[in-house]
Amino acid sequence: MSGQGAVIGGTPQAKLAATHIAVAIAAFGVASCMGVLQGLSIADIDFPMRGESLYYISVTAHGVLMALVFTTFFIMGLGYAITQAQLGRLVGLKTAWLGFWIALVGTVGAAYTILTGQSTVLYTFYPPMQAHPMFYIGATMLVIGSWLWGGVVIASYLSWKRDHPTQPVPMATHGFIATIIVWYLATTGVAMEMLFQLIPWSLGWVETIDPIVARTLFWWFGHPLVYFWLMPAYVLWYTVLPKIAGGRLFSDKLARMVFILFVILSTPVGFHHQLSDPGISANWKFAHTITTFAILFPSFVTAFTVIASLEVAGRLKGAKGLFDWIGTLPWKDPFFLAMALAILSFAFGGFGGAINAAYGMNSMVHNTAWIMGHFHVTLGTTSALTFMGATYWLMPRLLGRQLAMPALARIQPWLWFIGMGIFSTSFHIAGLRGLPRRVYSGALAGEQGGAWESLTQAGAIGGVVLFVSAICFVAVVLGTWLGGKRIEAPAFEFATALEPVTQKGLWDRFGLWTIVAIVLVILAYAYPLITLLMTPRFGSPPFQPF
Amino acid sequence: MSVDKYERIWMWGAGDLVVMFLAVIGITAVTQAIHPPSHIETINPATIHEHPEFGDPQMRVDPDGRIVVPVTAQMFAFWPNPIEVPVNTPITFRITSADVVHGFQVVGTNANAMAVPGYVSQFTYTFKKTGTYDIACNEYCGLMHHAMVGTVTVTDNAGGQR
Repeated sequence: MSGQGAVIGGTPQAKLAATHIAVAIAAFGVASCMGVLQGLSIADIDFPMRGESLYYISVTAHGVLMALVFTTFFIMGLGYAITQAQLGRLVGLKTAWLGFWIALVGTVGAAYTILTGQSTVLYTFYPPMQAHPMFYIGATMLVIGSWLWGGVVIASYLSWKRDHPTQPVPMATHGFIATIIVWYLATTGVAMEMLFQLIPWSLGWVETIDPIVARTLFWWFGHPLVYFWLMPAYVLWYTVLPKIAGGRLFSDKLARMVFILFVILSTPVGFHHQLSDPGISANWKFAHTITTFAILFPSFVTAFTVIASLEVAGRLKGAKGLFDWIGTLPWKDPFFLAMALAILSFAFGGFGGAINAAYGMNSMVHNTAWIMGHFHVTLGTTSALTFMGATYWLMPRLLGRQLAMPALARIQPWLWFIGMGIFSTSFHIAGLRGLPRRVYSGALAGEQGGAWESLTQAGAIGGVVLFVSAICFVAVVLGTWLGGKRIEAPAFEFATALEPVTQKGLWDRFGLWTIVAIVLVILAYAYPLITLLMTPRFGSPPFQPF
Repeated sequence: MSVDKYERIWMWGAGDLVVMFLAVIGITAVTQAIHPPSHIETINPATIHEHPEFGDPQMRVDPDGRIVVPVTAQMFAFWPNPIEVPVNTPITFRITSADVVHGFQVVGTNANAMAVPGYVSQFTYTFKKTGTYDIACNEYCGLMHHAMVGTVTVTDNAGGQR
């Protein structure tokens, strides 16, 4: 297939991708420092400068930098690298750099107002708590930059399609195009919130804001955001992981189906984040619960296909027994190790997710520390650890440098996995015992704390282990970037399928599925939003209690 | 191209599991009325302190015998505080906020709803055990969010047990 096995190291396209990755990892480094401070604070472990203001600033910075900046820049960089490697082109390199600078300037502006304490509104920025206008404008610029990225990848795909009218697009690019469609659908919601509500209100052009409308638009964006993090991880699991392990992609066709199912189902699900909100009827919450459970299906299929692909690798190496193929896998390869541990974490994350979405059962865990435990095994491990592994894979291929400190790179995923296991398990249990999330002190007002005191302390230990892992990761990246031995950049290689899809099929019709997805978003949101907007409502003035 | 036999079995299993989950949720929702708090009612947050129900919120018994506890959440406290309610009696909580978004979570129970300015959350909960429960604010509401804790006292005789 064209573009497979391409060497792109040293090209302007590789530089573009690497620059995005560098910004992502810088954000990750700052956010990790913020993370460990929170872990200590919630366990009431004193340290110099500990205080309410620093704590809530660090929650905001950690959330924004990890969930929005690290992920978005990383995914943009990865998308550019994969598109260039598979399609042999990036149409609109200047537009790509324009997008980069818009996103970067926006990020720096927003981060400045966070770190100076002017936007302590957390990454969910629920009004009527009000941040500095630069926070909202900066976040919007990050999204606009990512829209240009999506445009460049899609333009590259359309150009490739003109040259290869009958061929299905290579699998990894297929996954990225699906990711971009999800991203456009998702960000439409938050863009409306920013442009019609938050920005005019923060500039004082309008006096009041409706918090439920804002939360609805936010979660229109907020859940598909999860799939925006997850789908690039799936791309790597499907197309790169089997290659590194020496196997084949078990099912090309089902992989394509999985990404299309995400296109259709990832957006009309947002009310499952608002199950405890007033102003939205139970019927609509139930409707979104159905789509939420439906989206478990493509992840189940992924679990089978990815693990079967690895089993193929083991069999090709001569494994005969039921489980001995597991031992033949390249556990010493930091890329493989990080991905395998990320996949294992996702099994736990999936169980928790089904509980969160379970309509009635949600009341038990809503806004407790359980939720924090949950998204640290999903975003914080499944996606983040996959991206760390991917960094080890990308750097030699983009920079033409050998990975520095390989021993450290082999320990780091284990530390992350173990640290997160301690951290996440502790907070899952503490949440079941009623510890609310996002609290400066687990002792609350001194009233409670007995039921979860030792758990927050265990969580702090997990947090410290995670921080050590983050330091190892950043050290390997810096060491490679600045001092890694120069080598000829290896090729980007992707797994071939047992039965490659050679004809364009139903799952390659992006236009059709985008229309289906838009119809579903309209069905899921038009009626409840219009009903809400037609109800006599009273807006809220801004508050800045920080 | 065909789908591998085992993968097909797996996919049927996964599909059945999803349908089963939804069936359990759907059946309990319909037969036992297990729904998340989804009340639709708006209120003007600007004049909340003059509001007959939420200006000085007090537990009351409605003409139909229902015990209603209105709660106003405000940085960084819940009113009234403490809330005293009888055991083994359905209590209807009606919750709103005078400023930013707060959470209302009775620790150790699944009484858990958002307090959103401009809206009234409502749900009914029956305490099965007497004792003192903490109410935690579980939505970040400012620098003293973690100190926003109220109390529910569940007693044998308060409010006239039925």
